Amino acid sequence: MAQKELLKVTNLKQYFPIKGGFLGRTVNHVKAVDDVTFEIFEGETLSVVGESGCGKSTTGRAILRLDEPTAGEIEFDGGDLLALSKSDMRKKRKDLQVIFQDPYASLNPRQTVAQILTEAMAIQNVIPKKERRKRAIELLETVGLNAGQIDRYPHEFSGGQRQRVGIARALSVNPKLIICDEAVSALDVSVQAQVLNLLKNLQREFKLTFLFIAHDLGVVRHISDRIIVMYLGKIVEIADKKSLFDNPQHPYTKSLLSAIPTPDPEAKKERIILKGDVPSPIDPPTGCRFHTRCPFATDLCKTEVPDLRNLDHMKEGHRAACHHIEKIVTGDMQPT
Amino acid sequence: MSEDIILDIKDLQTSFYLDDFEVKAVDGVSFKLPKGKTIGIVGESGSGKSITALSILRLLDHPGKVKGGEINFKGRDLTTLTDKEIRQIRGNEISMIFQEPMTSLNPVYTIGQQIRETLKVHQGLDKENGTKKAIELLKLVGIPSPDKRVKQYPHELSGGMRQRVMIAMALACNPDLLIADEPTTALDVTIQAQILDLINDLQDRLGMSVIMITHDLGVVAETCDYVAVMYGGKVVEYQDVKSLFRNPKHPYTVGLLKSIPRHDTDVDELEPIRGSVPSPKDMPKGCRFAPRCPFATELCMEELPSLDHVEGESEVRCWIYTDHWDGDAEVKAHGPKRVAQSN
Repeated sequence: MAQKELLKVTNLKQYFPIKGGFLGRTVNHVKAVDDVTFEIFEGETLSVVGESGCGKSTTGRAILRLDEPTAGEIEFDGGDLLALSKSDMRKKRKDLQVIFQDPYASLNPRQTVAQILTEAMAIQNVIPKKERRKRAIELLETVGLNAGQIDRYPHEFSGGQRQRVGIARALSVNPKLIICDEAVSALDVSVQAQVLNLLKNLQREFKLTFLFIAHDLGVVRHISDRIIVMYLGKIVEIADKKSLFDNPQHPYTKSLLSAIPTPDPEAKKERIILKGDVPSPIDPPTGCRFHTRCPFATDLCKTEVPDLRNLDHMKEGHRAACHHIEKIVTGDMQPT
Repeated sequence: MSEDIILDIKDLQTSFYLDDFEVKAVDGVSFKLPKGKTIGIVGESGSGKSITALSILRLLDHPGKVKGGEINFKGRDLTTLTDKEIRQIRGNEISMIFQEPMTSLNPVYTIGQQIRETLKVHQGLDKENGTKKAIELLKLVGIPSPDKRVKQYPHELSGGMRQRVMIAMALACNPDLLIADEPTTALDVTIQAQILDLINDLQDRLGMSVIMITHDLGVVAETCDYVAVMYGGKVVEYQDVKSLFRNPKHPYTVGLLKSIPRHDTDVDELEPIRGSVPSPKDMPKGCRFAPRCPFATELCMEELPSLDHVEGESEVRCWIYTDHWDGDAEVKAHGPKRVAQSN
């Protein structure tokens, strides 16, 4: 693939200090994201999936520098994002937009849609003042709302319509990359499908690149080109969509896929039920972080952190972080 | 259905009375639940599925009131009982678990104290026997080291563990009917699988009947025997689970099934339902779904269809299946599913 890299994240770490004790000293860290490396190609949709606390949203926020990363490098469109000053970063956000989960909380209730959309254009100064309203109307129509709704307030819209306003706002500055953080999770199924179709069409039309953060694997399968699976701050598997769903390698990915209820009562499936809960990211397990719940775990898994590896039976670009991929695939290792 | 029917709801109506108007949150819900089986009530936000459950147990908040219909549970109409009588049934013969276990557990009491309270009220167990039974119940729902957990507070447990505690409390008095209102919506998918498994397993062992309220058709497919699909406060379709997924009848059900992004197959383009869910303050006067329905005629806009039998036990609330249908004859001949596909 001779695609152009739009974003490259290298060894990203995001530790949040836990304050405690008499003087409010830092007593420990929540290792929300711990050494994550990946890249996004221009025009693709890369999804990050995982359960709560796996660090998927934190990764998105770190890229936008909404939280300053603890360590690592983030290269965007050829430039180093972490080297930018605060004001330069603000300018850079013209190219890096975000859509949040809760369309109720992410729109200012005291602003009309026109104000919300023109404010974004004013901050980035992308369009002359006189033309902003006209552009706002165009944007509304692009996202499937009508021009007559431009002077309304967020509370006059339904959840799905509000999410469309959020999308219009992200589009208003002609970004290159849009980070969608659980952008459709709060919506009802019938409306969620509308918004997913909209995002797909917009991507085609404006050649957008998406980093799509979600927990719903159905949604992810529908929208993604490539998928990253995270567990407790680490990437456990990364693959193109087809390989991930048809040929998952990591035991966690397999159990995650098998746990999703299928909307077909006659589907036969083998479910792998994991033991226990996700451990705390404050004191994550040593070695492979999944070893406490993994049916294949050995002593090696408790001590050595596995690297992401590509093996012969896997497609190019498909990598998984498990010590035992070979033995599991040949059947030499059975779950306990 | 000749099996034992444990719950038979007929034309239930629940309204919330606000200052100057009435919000009909549930407006014509009917379904039957055979003993030992699970019925799923599916619908999107505002469809009235949770209010239906709260109405059964008379747990509605102040301006809400059941104003009509029957709730026949083991031969008794719950709507005619006094508050005292319903309190005897609640938690004893019918139990309920909720979506957010953190808000339904009291944060200042230990798990053991809270389970004991139920046992004391309904079975008169003293502290010693109550604790013994509480440990047994925690073991039943798969909580490791239950003797330590009884002494812990809710905040010391994870979300999945809390939901297990809720289930243990609900099972304390061997209920005949368990109402589960979005029991796994707040949980991660691997934990959801554990909890659904647990509910299925307990149902097999204890023989209870379950009402599963959910918006997730995947959960319905995996746990339910029968399904009632709700829209705008009404049941629009009632079928056994296999028939519903194989042959959905109401255009809303068809649309809902086509809107789900599947994790197990590739779908090129989702076919969403246009528009959005109507507000209960401003319900369409004819069929509630008519403004969003691709087949709606003037009749649908003007008059509300009734919930009628089609093919055996299936029931559907749609003009297409009646002699009055004045729209596309193709739709009547082949059903909304086939026609929508060819478009």
